Amino acid sequence: MNHHVLRPLYAVIGIVVVILIVRAFFVPKDFGVGERGYMYGWHRQGNEEEWKKFKIKYRGSEYCKDCHSPNYSGIKQSLHKNIQCENCHGPAADHPDAISRLPKDGKRAFCLRCHAHLSYPSSGRRRIRGFENPEKHNPGMECVTCHNPHSPKIS
Amino acid sequence: MITRRDFLRYVVIGAAGTALPLTLTGWKGARAAASKNGPRWVFLLDTYKCVGCGLCVKACKIENEIPFEANVSRTWVERYVVTKDGKVYADSPHAARDGFSDYAVSLGDKGSRIIPPSDIDKAFFVPKLCNQCENPPCVQVCPVGATYQAGDGVVLVDRKWCIGCGYCIMACPYGVRFFHPVHHVAEKCNFCYHRITKGLKPACELACPFGARHIGDINDPVDPVTRIIMSERVSILKEEYGTKPRNYYVGLSREVR
Repeated sequence: MNHHVLRPLYAVIGIVVVILIVRAFFVPKDFGVGERGYMYGWHRQGNEEEWKKFKIKYRGSEYCKDCHSPNYSGIKQSLHKNIQCENCHGPAADHPDAISRLPKDGKRAFCLRCHAHLSYPSSGRRRIRGFENPEKHNPGMECVTCHNPHSPKIS
Repeated sequence: MITRRDFLRYVVIGAAGTALPLTLTGWKGARAAASKNGPRWVFLLDTYKCVGCGLCVKACKIENEIPFEANVSRTWVERYVVTKDGKVYADSPHAARDGFSDYAVSLGDKGSRIIPPSDIDKAFFVPKLCNQCENPPCVQVCPVGATYQAGDGVVLVDRKWCIGCGYCIMACPYGVRFFHPVHHVAEKCNFCYHRITKGLKPACELACPFGARHIGDINDPVDPVTRIIMSERVSILKEEYGTKPRNYYVGLSREVR
């Protein structure tokens, strides 16, 4: 065969060899077919562990129980018993070690997430007590000035 | 001439020989089933219970480090308002990060419209998050193997491997994927993989005061979520796409897309 036919063939073989060598260094050892097969499981195994190590911020009310027991037991007897401490007080994350004070959200808008009354048929929203026109009820004041969110009943 | 003794012997050997491959395949099949005994995570969402407070969205954004001011979120809550003249309005302003607190329904670029309760036939809230499909189209289109499905069914994104081409964002029929504003790679809900693999609830479920969201393991027959999915009337989103989504909804209406 002539040289002008073989030369591009050598060039192609050379390129393929270079790509294979580069690939051997570049692709991580744990890259391969996972449990879900080639179509859905083609990935770097180590990434699953990386996601598992992601930092947890929300710890749940049980985490708060031991140090803040009066508040914990108080809210558990109130109408707000299903609301987690962290929903209003912010995620505990590394509290109390690294973060000493949590960013509490006691704003009017926060209460109105549930207590702005929306009379929507077929939604649980209409059963929550709230204001039809919240802007007319003591405008400019925070709800927590008069209402205690840990014991919201006004007698 | 074949004796009776020989004949019986050949029959027994022949039968055993035919049965052997069957036994082997059966044994292999049983082994494959045994290795699949881990969890298969699913989600159950109750649209009767959801009140549109958006506490799940707030918790999700903080837990998963999605910038609070950015208009993207791993989970969101949609409001559907069906009026008496048959119009369907749906909105989810800022992914319902701040909840819903008035009758004004956002119309996108065209501002908003106040729909008073006297005009409403039905209205409800629908929480949404990644469906962790059994046949995830987002995974099929990834050209580099950066997104994949783990053995427990959760679809994950490898942030180091993603090249940010955006194919998966286009491929998802449910619109759950977006570009992470900080990392500039594809981002999606992963059922809080760091929490569920340690036996914790996902942040959205923990934050929900109304019990509208529950994670479950469909491989565990005594899991309360599995029992509800198996024994009650639940539906899934966009069944016609064949993606086999694994989020089950109670009280879904046909207006929901």
